[in-house]
Amino acid sequence: MPMLLGTVVYAFVNSIILALMAIGFNLTFGISGVANFAYGALYIFSAYATWMGLNLVGIPYPVAATVSILLTMLAGTLMYRFILMRVRGQALSEVIATFGIGLAILEIFRYLGFVGFEYNLPVFVDDSIVLAGVFIDVQRLLIVIIGSAVILGLWWFTHHTRLGLAFRGIAQDERTALTLGIDSDRIALLSVSLGAGLAALAATVIIPLGSIAPGEGYDVLIKALAVCIIGGLGSTGGTIVASFVIGFAERFTDTYISSQWTMIVSLAAILVVLTLKPSGLFGKQKELEERI
Amino acid sequence: MQKRRERVDRGINVRSGDVFALCSWREMLYLAGPRVIPVVAILLLPLALGIYWQKVLLSVAVFALLAISWDLLAQTGMISLGQALFFGMGAYVTGILNHYWELPPLLTIPAAAVFGGLICTALLLPVLRLRGIYFSMVTLILPLMLVRLIEATRIFGGTEGLTGMTPLPSRWLEIYLIVGAMLAALFGFRRLLGTDYGLVLKGIRDNDRSVTNAGINIYWYKTQALWIASTVGAFAGAFMTHVYMFVGMPVFALDYSILPIAAAVVGGPGSLAGATLGAFILVPLSEVLRGVGGLRIVFYGVFLVVFIVALPEGIFHYVQRKYNQFERWVEVDT
Repeated sequence: MPMLLGTVVYAFVNSIILALMAIGFNLTFGISGVANFAYGALYIFSAYATWMGLNLVGIPYPVAATVSILLTMLAGTLMYRFILMRVRGQALSEVIATFGIGLAILEIFRYLGFVGFEYNLPVFVDDSIVLAGVFIDVQRLLIVIIGSAVILGLWWFTHHTRLGLAFRGIAQDERTALTLGIDSDRIALLSVSLGAGLAALAATVIIPLGSIAPGEGYDVLIKALAVCIIGGLGSTGGTIVASFVIGFAERFTDTYISSQWTMIVSLAAILVVLTLKPSGLFGKQKELEERI
Repeated sequence: MQKRRERVDRGINVRSGDVFALCSWREMLYLAGPRVIPVVAILLLPLALGIYWQKVLLSVAVFALLAISWDLLAQTGMISLGQALFFGMGAYVTGILNHYWELPPLLTIPAAAVFGGLICTALLLPVLRLRGIYFSMVTLILPLMLVRLIEATRIFGGTEGLTGMTPLPSRWLEIYLIVGAMLAALFGFRRLLGTDYGLVLKGIRDNDRSVTNAGINIYWYKTQALWIASTVGAFAGAFMTHVYMFVGMPVFALDYSILPIAAAVVGGPGSLAGATLGAFILVPLSEVLRGVGGLRIVFYGVFLVVFIVALPEGIFHYVQRKYNQFERWVEVDT
């Protein structure tokens, strides 16, 4: 029984972590329809930027984290302005170009030798508490709090602000959005930049649990993709449900079968969902046009 | 005074377009040159190269086959981000046949090409209805998943792989087999894309719903295209297994997915010749860059971005245009 309870608590935390990883990707790709396959690389980029600020420049942690989030947003903006804007609208060119950028960023960190346990970030508060008989560290609790805040904030942003509605508008019908006075290039730029910022935020909160590794970038991209595909495009609620499905499945396989099977379970989940319900669990947008 | 650039077909291009081409050596050369010269050069190349560069030519041909297979799929509107799936499947099938049943390579390679292709097609069959990016995502995920599956279940040698494959009988057979396969695939599939069958495939890429409207079952055609492409990929994988005498998890590596795409993008997608040209540029380049190790993949990434943005048509189409047309500045009537 305590094992089950522990698994449930950690599965819950794991789900929030997944949601947090996917939320930025969901904003750029799921909601505004701009494919950013460099997402995992931006996540890792911001973690290394914080690490460098902390250990090479020697600025305090909060400042380093803020600077790295801003830097990542700038990187996203530059990437959109100078590369993505030229291939905008050709979805596959967007994918190939951003995938190329992501590869270049991740592999250059690997080449420069940024691999090892010394590349990690400090936790915010080094403490742990007992919650319903389960030991849990404060960092994980903070992840749950920050993650929930970000998810709620994003839902409010995309449903109740002019900018958020414009994000959804360009994904639904870019030409109609143009006639309504939405500058689609500006909105797409903002969505890539905000998505990058959310990736950086997720990295700042999540990375202290482990260490920074270039390979992690691919995993983050795959997980974000998985959550977005299963949840269905343009649906913040779907993203959350999907991250809970994958999060619980992963943690339970980890506890009751073997840790080697965790990745397989989440990948198999994508295949099953795509096969049975190609538009995702809650996807509504462009069902016919994009998928079938 | 404003000017614009006008492109005009060269006279020789127009003349050699019809039957008069058969009357003049110049026009015959103009037509045959770009086809015959590279073929003869590629066939003579192994004789001129040392052992090391023969191996490089071998991997050029393997990557060219993967790039051709990618391009064929792309022509049917299916963008694959996981050519490693086809490559790895071929490699594992031949490995299993050779390791457990000890069949000779000349039997296992064709068998692996056909059955590896069939398995890949069966794996992708459920997601054939997906279009665009969604299909790409699934192809990106599948090889990763198979790697983890082999790691977790420890089947077929697990993380260590299967060793001690039978090598091909001779070095010359090896090199000419793969070069011949590459040339056959290149010219054969170019011809295939020119037929009515190829037209249907391209139609599916351009507008699948109007192809459906014409009463053609696009899923059946997509399945066929998928099988053709994955057989080509599986052949390359099976061949490479017998060269390295080893099959293991590295056959699903990212290299085998990224390099073919990079080759097709650099050389120019759509013509198959562009994909081959791209492999002939990128693979030797990566050999030269071997000293920089992991930085190679960074270069591929940068190459992808630069070509997608600056020369989206690719080198082949650029050269083809220069060969067939000339350009001049004309005044714009205002």
